[in-house]
Amino acid sequence: MASALTIRDLNKTYKGGLTALKNVSLSVAEGDFFGLLGPNGAGKTTLIGILSSLVNKTAGSVSIFGHDLDTDPAAAKACIGLVPQEFNFNMFEPPIEIVANQAGYYGIERGEAFKRAEENLKILDLWDKRHVMSRTLSGGMKRRLMIARALVNHPKLLILDEPTAGVDIEIRRSMWKFLREINDAGTTIILTTHYLEEAESLCRNIAIIDKGELIENTSTRQLLNSLKMETFVLDLESPLAGLPALKTHKIRWIDEQTLEADICRDDSINTLFTELDEHGIKVLSMRNKTNRLEELFMNLVEDGNDSRVAT
Amino acid sequence: MNTHEKLIALKAIVTKEVLRFSRIWIQTVLPPVITTALYFIIFGNLIGPRIGEMDGFDYMEFIIPGLIMMAVITNSYANVVSSFYGSKFQRHIEEMLISPVPNYIILIGYITGGVARGLTVGVAVTIVSLVFHPLNIHSLWVMFSMIILTAILFSLAGLINGVYAKSFDDISIIPTFVLTPLTYLGGIFYSINMLPEFWQHMSLANPILYMVNAFRYGFLGVSDISLMTSYAISIAFIIALYLYSLHLLRKGHGIRT
Repeated sequence: MASALTIRDLNKTYKGGLTALKNVSLSVAEGDFFGLLGPNGAGKTTLIGILSSLVNKTAGSVSIFGHDLDTDPAAAKACIGLVPQEFNFNMFEPPIEIVANQAGYYGIERGEAFKRAEENLKILDLWDKRHVMSRTLSGGMKRRLMIARALVNHPKLLILDEPTAGVDIEIRRSMWKFLREINDAGTTIILTTHYLEEAESLCRNIAIIDKGELIENTSTRQLLNSLKMETFVLDLESPLAGLPALKTHKIRWIDEQTLEADICRDDSINTLFTELDEHGIKVLSMRNKTNRLEELFMNLVEDGNDSRVAT
Repeated sequence: MNTHEKLIALKAIVTKEVLRFSRIWIQTVLPPVITTALYFIIFGNLIGPRIGEMDGFDYMEFIIPGLIMMAVITNSYANVVSSFYGSKFQRHIEEMLISPVPNYIILIGYITGGVARGLTVGVAVTIVSLVFHPLNIHSLWVMFSMIILTAILFSLAGLINGVYAKSFDDISIIPTFVLTPLTYLGGIFYSINMLPEFWQHMSLANPILYMVNAFRYGFLGVSDISLMTSYAISIAFIIALYLYSLHLLRKGHGIRT
């Protein structure tokens, strides 16, 4: 499959001496839904800033659908739509103008620009608000406005920098659905998010950046397969007097009616229930303690220095 | 981007800029018209008759071109500096920076917006001046070309100020401490022939003097400075400021990290 994005040895050192990116190289296939994860200050926004020409790189190369950002910037930029982390539209302009003007910057005729603005605002449920001052929109509406604006040039590569930050779960879910649809329609998507559930649910491939370095770059499935242990929380039918000693599983006491159990990937969960049953303990319900990806993410970032994987 | 697409992008920027100042016309167009009307009343109507003639013309007739020019200078400058700094402050300059629109189109778009506001205010002030004195036009071509050149020049200056500005204070320092004194000392209210020789020479260092005098020539047919010198200086400044503005945009000064 052709490459939507190719980054080679990308470095960024800010004027104050802060090195935000160190020799980052990665590739995103056309049509992919790619997650870019990392803790705060890891360099994700700097990387996205370089891709969208808002940050000047110190060294390295970026190619978007085969167009080098240094030698053919106009063609490279024409392929991109950006939904930044912070609101960056004129708060004193109405949504319809914001979206139509953005189309104009891509050389789209005014009539067609308004047509596309109408389509996007309707899809993102903002059509009723098209003439109000943007500053009066709610946080969720502002985020959707930025998505409507980013899609107006029909980008082949859509970059979303924490698009669902601060929006309620209902809007987040509807945004996920929408993003899946446009990805299914062929748009390559790069997503950064703090909601690891979001990355696990949406992304086929994931890269993790920490302290400016790429520490993981693989498929979501492979990443999750690398989890050796999962922790489950068990809600019990009756209160326990003490913690039973199990032969095959490690369990912890949370309170008299709640236990935590660590289960290796290779072990059967049935043996846990059999053993609990032998001790007269009945389990009412069971859930994952943490999001699986979150667990892995924490392991990678915390043990970053020891377990870095060169890609 | 082909030429047609670039023109569409330019139209989008200009439309946005014109809508911006039109939407807030009470802040952008009305105040300079009121201020200039007060100048006409106080300096032209009340004090003017006591001053008598200036270069052979009624004082009111003499100051009208200068006051129109002053309104165009301050409004062209103010439009671009506030719009550009506002777009940096709210970060919506990024809308253009991520798009394929070339830097020179962004620059021309902002300049056209500044010229549009300068001319809008200039026309409004000219209409108000008709209340006080009939319009005397010696050369429409000189009048029109000089007002356009001046609006372009001060729009460019406003953009440079906007690029360097890091706070709202920074966008008012230059207009207050540089632009206003130079405008007042640029021969709006007097002919430099009235000044002692030393101050006449000092006045020649003020670029606004050349523009005001050439513009006045368009109305009255008299100027303290040769027309060719005025055009040469205006065009030279425009070229220099244009190239410098383009350099700043290319470098991403203050807009890219």
